[in-house]
Amino acid sequence: MFGDIRAYPGAASRVVLVVSPHAAYFHHMMKNSSGDAPAIRIEGLRVVRGGRTVLPGLTLDVPRGQVVGLLGPSGCGKTTLMRAVVGVQKVAGGLVEVLGEPAGSAGLRRRLGYVTQDPSVYADLTVRENLRYFAQVVGVHRAGLTAEVDRVVEAVALGDHSDVRVGNLSGGQLSRVSLAAALVGTPELLVLDEPTVGLDPVLRRDLWGIFRRLAGEGVTLLVSSHVMDEAVRCDRLLLMRAGLMLADDTLDGVLDATGRPTVEEAFLELVDRAENADATTGPAGPTGPAGPTATAEEVRA
Amino acid sequence: MSPRLTVATAARVLRQLRHDPRTLALLLVVPCVLMGLLAWVYEGTPLFDRIGAPLLGVFPFLVMFLITSIATLRERKSGTLERLLALPLAKADFVGGYALAFGLVATVQALVAATFAIYVLGLDVAGEAWLLVVVAVVDCLLGTALGLFLSAFAATEFQAVQFLPAFVLPQFLLCGLLMPRDALPDVLRWTSDVLPLSYAVDAMTSITADPNAAGDVGWDMVIVLVFVVALIGAGAATLRRRTP
Repeated sequence: MFGDIRAYPGAASRVVLVVSPHAAYFHHMMKNSSGDAPAIRIEGLRVVRGGRTVLPGLTLDVPRGQVVGLLGPSGCGKTTLMRAVVGVQKVAGGLVEVLGEPAGSAGLRRRLGYVTQDPSVYADLTVRENLRYFAQVVGVHRAGLTAEVDRVVEAVALGDHSDVRVGNLSGGQLSRVSLAAALVGTPELLVLDEPTVGLDPVLRRDLWGIFRRLAGEGVTLLVSSHVMDEAVRCDRLLLMRAGLMLADDTLDGVLDATGRPTVEEAFLELVDRAENADATTGPAGPTGPAGPTATAEEVRA
Repeated sequence: MSPRLTVATAARVLRQLRHDPRTLALLLVVPCVLMGLLAWVYEGTPLFDRIGAPLLGVFPFLVMFLITSIATLRERKSGTLERLLALPLAKADFVGGYALAFGLVATVQALVAATFAIYVLGLDVAGEAWLLVVVAVVDCLLGTALGLFLSAFAATEFQAVQFLPAFVLPQFLLCGLLMPRDALPDVLRWTSDVLPLSYAVDAMTSITADPNAAGDVGWDMVIVLVFVVALIGAGAATLRRRTP
């Protein structure tokens, strides 16, 4: 189904190698035998929303062709970070580079798929009509439109509902339409904000199946979740809390570093360590009125 | 901006309307019903012939203003606008697509309402009847453009709906229909000179009274179209790819 993924004109596949003296970047280059530039490179990203510092200064890399899970409690800044990567978030400072280009640049708009937390599709159009429009917008050629729509409808297993009005679909089907709308034109990077929230276990498993398959085809996926047990399905984890990265590692790496058996416990351990560090050195200076946005109790909930 | 994407966006908006037959019916029937009511109210007097044409421009203007404000507000609230702006769609394609789609709807609406007013209600104007349709279409476009622009400032549906009494009714009060514009107090006359609906109604009034109205109407329409283009441009400028 995805074998012909690059055959469509929407699939630009320029790879720009970025040479940077940044230490973390070189560190990453050493680890990554493929030698590609990372899919996402963030340095000192600072975001202020409504007078509150949401991201005080993030630095991280996301390697290509992997499923990277962005995990953390509600309100920790996951959505803000994703919006910054997509280029729709006003940022106060720092650098965000996506697929070798500055985030938000015009050239990226057809190489990147973004699924917001709430399904953002037209409720008064059918599944097919929605996907056809979004395919046109990303520049799929007229002759390839029907095939492209068929392809993504099949990818999210909505074949039986393709002519149903989106407003009449169930919640799970709705989020799959929203995902399908991001798949048209075969983007190289998918940014998915809580795509599995509120879905039943079978659907969640199916969606993660789709993500894995896409990663196998070279697509990079940044997937956020506040459900820690989805960590086992990711190649790499970004554990986030109150605008700060607690961990940027593989699942095994996180478990080894904390000596805990599950991600949830590892997360809590990391939170405790961060708080102890704060207590001894005082709260981190430049972040302004940050403070914890969620207690360990909320994380468990 | 690409004509292909503007047309694709317009087609999408029209497809949404097609799935909502009740709205389509209301769009076509309501102006006719209002005109019919007006004719009935003024039965046996010459007043319908005098204000029928101006109101033929005003009713569709109101309807298109409301429809457009709500439609764009829905795009903002549902996240589809944010999705589109993260994709390779020019802001002008988005705004132009809406203007094109609603312009087409407006043309049909104006044709239906004008035909009904002339042939069923017996609206009698001195000027040429086809001018009524042209002016009504331009008035609808004005409503669409104003709705596109103002909806940027509405955070909720409640606000959007109230923009009608706040920004449209004052134009109606000053447009010369209740009191000839020349007879208004100076400050109000100057104000009415810079409001687009005044020129829309001036044009309809010319058609009502003047058998050779085409020239005057042409100039009024140029002024209204300048407003339309400016409002659409301003509407596009209110769309932000990056938001706080």
